[in-house]
Amino acid sequence: MVNGINLALQFLDSFAFIVLAAAGLAIIFGIMGVINLAHGEFILVGAYATTLSATKLGLPLAAAMLVGTLVTAAFGVVVERFIISGAVPNWIGQETVGRNLVEPLYDRLADSMVATFGLSLIMVQGARVVFGNSIDTVGTPFGNIAYGAFSYSTYRIVLSGVSIALLVGVYYIFTKTEYGMTARATIQDEETARALGVDTERIYMATFAIGSGLAGLTGALFAPTLSMQPTLGDQFLVEAFVAVVVGGPSVVLGTALSGGVLGAIQAVFTNLYGTFFGRIALLAAAMVALRFLPDGITGFIEAVQSRRQEGQ
Amino acid sequence: MATDAPTDGGQSLAARVRARFEGPNTIGNSNGFWVGFLVAVAALVAFPLVGNAEQFSLFLVLSLLGLSLSVVWGYTGVLSFGQVVFFGLGGYTFAVVSINFATPGGITAAVLAGVVGGGLGAAVLGYFMFYGGVRDVYVTIITLVATMVLHTFMAQTAGSEWTIGEAALGGFNGMPDIPLLKLGVGAASFQFMYNAIPVWVPGFGTVELDPFYYLALVLLVGTYLGLRALVNSDYGRAMVAVREDEDRTRMFGYNVKRIKLVVFILGGALAGLSGVLYAARNVFIDPTVFTLLFATLPVIWVSVGGRKSLLGAIIATIAIEYIRVTLGGELALVMLGALLLGTILFLPNGIVPWVHRLARQNRPAPADAEGPETPDPTEASES
Repeated sequence: MVNGINLALQFLDSFAFIVLAAAGLAIIFGIMGVINLAHGEFILVGAYATTLSATKLGLPLAAAMLVGTLVTAAFGVVVERFIISGAVPNWIGQETVGRNLVEPLYDRLADSMVATFGLSLIMVQGARVVFGNSIDTVGTPFGNIAYGAFSYSTYRIVLSGVSIALLVGVYYIFTKTEYGMTARATIQDEETARALGVDTERIYMATFAIGSGLAGLTGALFAPTLSMQPTLGDQFLVEAFVAVVVGGPSVVLGTALSGGVLGAIQAVFTNLYGTFFGRIALLAAAMVALRFLPDGITGFIEAVQSRRQEGQ
Repeated sequence: MATDAPTDGGQSLAARVRARFEGPNTIGNSNGFWVGFLVAVAALVAFPLVGNAEQFSLFLVLSLLGLSLSVVWGYTGVLSFGQVVFFGLGGYTFAVVSINFATPGGITAAVLAGVVGGGLGAAVLGYFMFYGGVRDVYVTIITLVATMVLHTFMAQTAGSEWTIGEAALGGFNGMPDIPLLKLGVGAASFQFMYNAIPVWVPGFGTVELDPFYYLALVLLVGTYLGLRALVNSDYGRAMVAVREDEDRTRMFGYNVKRIKLVVFILGGALAGLSGVLYAARNVFIDPTVFTLLFATLPVIWVSVGGRKSLLGAIIATIAIEYIRVTLGGELALVMLGALLLGTILFLPNGIVPWVHRLARQNRPAPADAEGPETPDPTEASES
């Protein structure tokens, strides 16, 4: 019984971690075709902004988290304008030499990976130069709950609730709002969407801002539980990638499903054999999943659905 | 090398040999290029007289790793973040075998085992991916994950249960007891590490030359020429066709999966060779070769130099590693990141092809019988 509770909590913890780590990356990848290898560093921005505004400015933690999210979203807009869309360099180019200097990185997967890796190097090292090797952390709120001989951090349970709320929120944004509709139109057929009057440039910018904001939120939420080092983003990156790729083309459902599946695998193996084998099992499961479902879980579901429709 | 006689036309032996190394898939098909190439090789041969050959040999070894990615990514279009997997496998295999069989013959066999280990790793991973229908960016992600798996795995091998024969894998502490590199069997062997040979050179007096540097140089030049011959062969044209349009190439009757697998294995073996030399040169190997930063370095070299250029991979590897080592300190990584970002944004095809194009544009049209290519010593003299 107690072990069952342990397993359930372990699962919730893995699920929350994977979903929160992957959400921002999944949106940017799914809609813009940009692989953001600096995703971990966007989480870093959120975590640092939250921690600094809590410790230096004395804001309450919830307000500090909001600041962290907004700062990262704003940072995302800057990155999008300067690097991903190249709008600012191209504007400078038009003013000075009369031609565009750079091509947008949209749908150039490999190039976007390499470019954002450059950005990530700059950000990690920049953070180290500016803030040193670590900064003070804020304490984990809410204390612990005890059951049997064990106790568990309440905050981690709150996090799993937040991750579910986040999935619902993102689902709402992409299915019920006007932005979500135009964004999905842009994914399906950019040319047609533009011909019908959708400002795709703006959709991309908003998408990158939302994706960055979610990364910032992840950093903000995990800030009380992590040690604040410039390399803290690394621990999110692999899980985020694995979840996005295993999830497949449908952003929200894919992230939820892969969070569930991978979280379950990780929780079981961690529970049985320890953290190390939990991680290895997660990675191995991802490789096997990609081998047999190259389009991810939701790609597989879509294929099954379309086969059924043809059969009728 | 047998290619060093640029002759003017005719079907002499030298011209036929040279034709094997030339074609649309490599830059530098002119007389001027080969002259520049010979000058560059001569400069590298003479380099230990003036510079730090022991440090420079590291750059030569890593250039092999850069070349392995260039042929896999630049020519076949498979972006692998996992070249360091095969690099590390090669290094660790070499370490394990040579520690268990520390005789000259054993060490020579360990070198071969390392190369085979890299190739075998690539064969397993490549078969798993390419014959499973994994394509494009998903290959990249799987190779990235494979790197992470090995890093996680090797980092926890500190315990005594992780020993193979007499070789302890050592977890984060790595494997420090690798014997010095000897090639040959029994008495007919030669030690390449810490065995500087005094040579009398006119003008310099007696200098001690590091044999390992020359071993690395010979292997690098040989590999470069070999890959040039490969990418300009019929098989190389099929590789480039796979890069340009996989589906169309398949429609023309080529076995795309097999081409990708073969090139991936070749790249793995080459990375394995690089790893063997790396472990032999440092007399040490540890799991840092599987870190994300190290995994990305080959991608940086090849992107900056020009992924569709073998020469670009070599020049960029040497230049970037030189900058990284000499600059050191906190700002080296920032510079490296900025270089990477700037190159991808402004010169997506890399620096060397850009220099090549500039050099060709700035010359008057060739008015002689040298052919359409104009002499272009710029790229070769940069190294």
